[in-house]
Amino acid sequence: MNPRFPSSPKAYRYDGSFDGFLCCVFESFLKKETPAAILPEDGPYSLYPEKQIATDPERASRVWRSLPLRISPAAADLARCTFLTCMPEKELPLLRVLQEGFRVGGAVMNFLADDDLSALRKAVNFLHNESHLLSGFVRFSEYGSVLVSIITPKNHVLPLLAQHFCSRMPGERFLIFDKTHREALIHRPGDLRFCPMDELTLPPPDRTEAEYRALWKRFYDTIAIEGRTNPRCRMSHMPKRYWGNMTEFQETEMPREQLGGSDPANALPVLRA
Amino acid sequence: MTVLEKLTILSDAAKYDAACTSSGSSRTAAPGSLGNATACGICHSFSADGRCISLLKVLLSNSCVYNCQYCVNRVTRDTPRATFTPEELAELTIGFYRRNYIEGLFLSSGILRNPDYTCEQMIRTLELLRNRYRFGGYIHAKAIPGADPRLIERLGMLADRMSVNIELPSQEGLRLLAPDKSKVSILRPMGYISGRIEENRHDLAVYRHTPRFAPAGQSTQMIIGATPDNDKQIISLAEGLYKKYGLKRVFYSAYMPVTENALLPPPGTKPPLLREHRLYQADWLLRFYGLQANELLDDAHPDLNPLVDPKCGWALRHMEFFPIEVNRAPYEMLLRVPGIGVRSAKRILIARRAGKLDFAALKKLGVVLKRAQYFLTCSGKMIPGLRVTPESAMRALAEPEGLALMREPAEQLSFFSAAPALSHGKENSHESPLSLLA
Repeated sequence: MNPRFPSSPKAYRYDGSFDGFLCCVFESFLKKETPAAILPEDGPYSLYPEKQIATDPERASRVWRSLPLRISPAAADLARCTFLTCMPEKELPLLRVLQEGFRVGGAVMNFLADDDLSALRKAVNFLHNESHLLSGFVRFSEYGSVLVSIITPKNHVLPLLAQHFCSRMPGERFLIFDKTHREALIHRPGDLRFCPMDELTLPPPDRTEAEYRALWKRFYDTIAIEGRTNPRCRMSHMPKRYWGNMTEFQETEMPREQLGGSDPANALPVLRA
Repeated sequence: MTVLEKLTILSDAAKYDAACTSSGSSRTAAPGSLGNATACGICHSFSADGRCISLLKVLLSNSCVYNCQYCVNRVTRDTPRATFTPEELAELTIGFYRRNYIEGLFLSSGILRNPDYTCEQMIRTLELLRNRYRFGGYIHAKAIPGADPRLIERLGMLADRMSVNIELPSQEGLRLLAPDKSKVSILRPMGYISGRIEENRHDLAVYRHTPRFAPAGQSTQMIIGATPDNDKQIISLAEGLYKKYGLKRVFYSAYMPVTENALLPPPGTKPPLLREHRLYQADWLLRFYGLQANELLDDAHPDLNPLVDPKCGWALRHMEFFPIEVNRAPYEMLLRVPGIGVRSAKRILIARRAGKLDFAALKKLGVVLKRAQYFLTCSGKMIPGLRVTPESAMRALAEPEGLALMREPAEQLSFFSAAPALSHGKENSHESPLSLLA
């Protein structure tokens, strides 16, 4: 997409948040310029002179409210989801698409053959695909009455998974720890929160949990038909990077009683924020 | 017997059922209940054979009074038998579901004592799940042929999807291999279920809170390669089932020689996996691409070409329709181009509103140009330097996987190999597959 405003030889430096990016959009419209790069705080150095963009919630919300009105709800959704993807250097293409959107309105979402838009859509599709896969591949273990799961996704899928699991198990207490993005989703009936978390150490499973793991592994191994073994088909549907967190590929751990010592402090996962 | 041993026996006995989808139902979890259903379905794992594991697929019991020759659970076979109690199975399902191992339960059963008793046990399991555990996840229940319609009715009120397996694609095959089952005994419950679904749809339009009967519809399965039926018969039968019984899915299951029988292909015969794959492709064309069975296959071509997918096969035989102009062609024609799927066809419709499309643009929309290039023009031009004859296109379009799989059976041939069994029994079954539906 051609930038709407003339290119300006400078780089915007923002805090990396979605609100921060919306402020970059505001700045671009205020100065009627398109920067040569938009970089998050922890991003690479640039050869262009840098301009620090402060995150102002007032400006951010002005831009955010205008997206569904002046472009379309689909465009607002694209912007929001782009910031959950693992796409590198997503800011400039998104800025160009939004600039064009403010000019032509919702029709901008029809420019599917455009380089910027197709790159963004591809990244967002990857996000949604990964979230869909994980809604199946997440494996909970029960500790006390809390269900705990660890995931290592490439995209920031936790907000999407939260919707799925909260509507599925409204009465359960569960925790999903995203190891890649160091964030945890904690759900209690009627209460959902996200909190940063560096590490999660899990105690060995208790007897019931170990039994269910053994049952599931047995089921998994039995249900395959030997004459149809097809490792490539399995890998293309379920890439190997997900296997590490899945019960069916893990060694069975001994239940706690058999290890001797049933410390009640071990009954709940140890959280280290 | 422990639950682990039972699970081993009963999932092993259920694994030849191809259906393991959890799609078609959409339901939110009510307060105080556990589980919902999403329309697209969710795969929770993939087994070593590459098939999706979505549901806990087990039999309630593998004891059976019937003696179907192709079946691993037939009464005359010496094999360990087990039966779940409804309580065990319900508890197992909930334990698996809470840990997100599964999307729900797929419940089938051998015929224990008689069809009615079996059906009652299944109903008891589902009632425990739905009422005691307030389980809102997906349930696929097999209708037991021969059970009382009132029991089938109760089963359908508890399950999301019901299925009756048609087992073999022709009546002749059924007579030989499944002497206890007949066309009538299979089609009667199928017809009953489709009638109830239709009735329920009408009731729902009048009263919004009518309890739903099998909201995810009905499916069936047939075994491919155990009888000499050709692809034309199979695909016509599937088309008839979709039209007449409003089925959601027909599953095809390549025959795995599990038992030795003079009427069946000998053990050690490779399952016709490529053929099964081509049948699924043709099935998709029937359901989503607006093609008819008689377009895909006719008497001159009674079998699908193993080298190319069925849509390529159709397009190569009908080069008079091609090339088509991407910027003007209607949706129905775009769908018929090899390399363009439902998604990319819809994207083309959207994108061409914004401007003329060229080949580079098509690539960004997800069109597989490797196949589509032979059948398309962009603004009146084909890809520069491309010359098309049906033969050259065929050579270019043949899939290496297809070629590799084709070669495999050839290596097994020897002077002393026995002829495939049923072929000396009944070489050409002239029975129309549609006669099954009559």
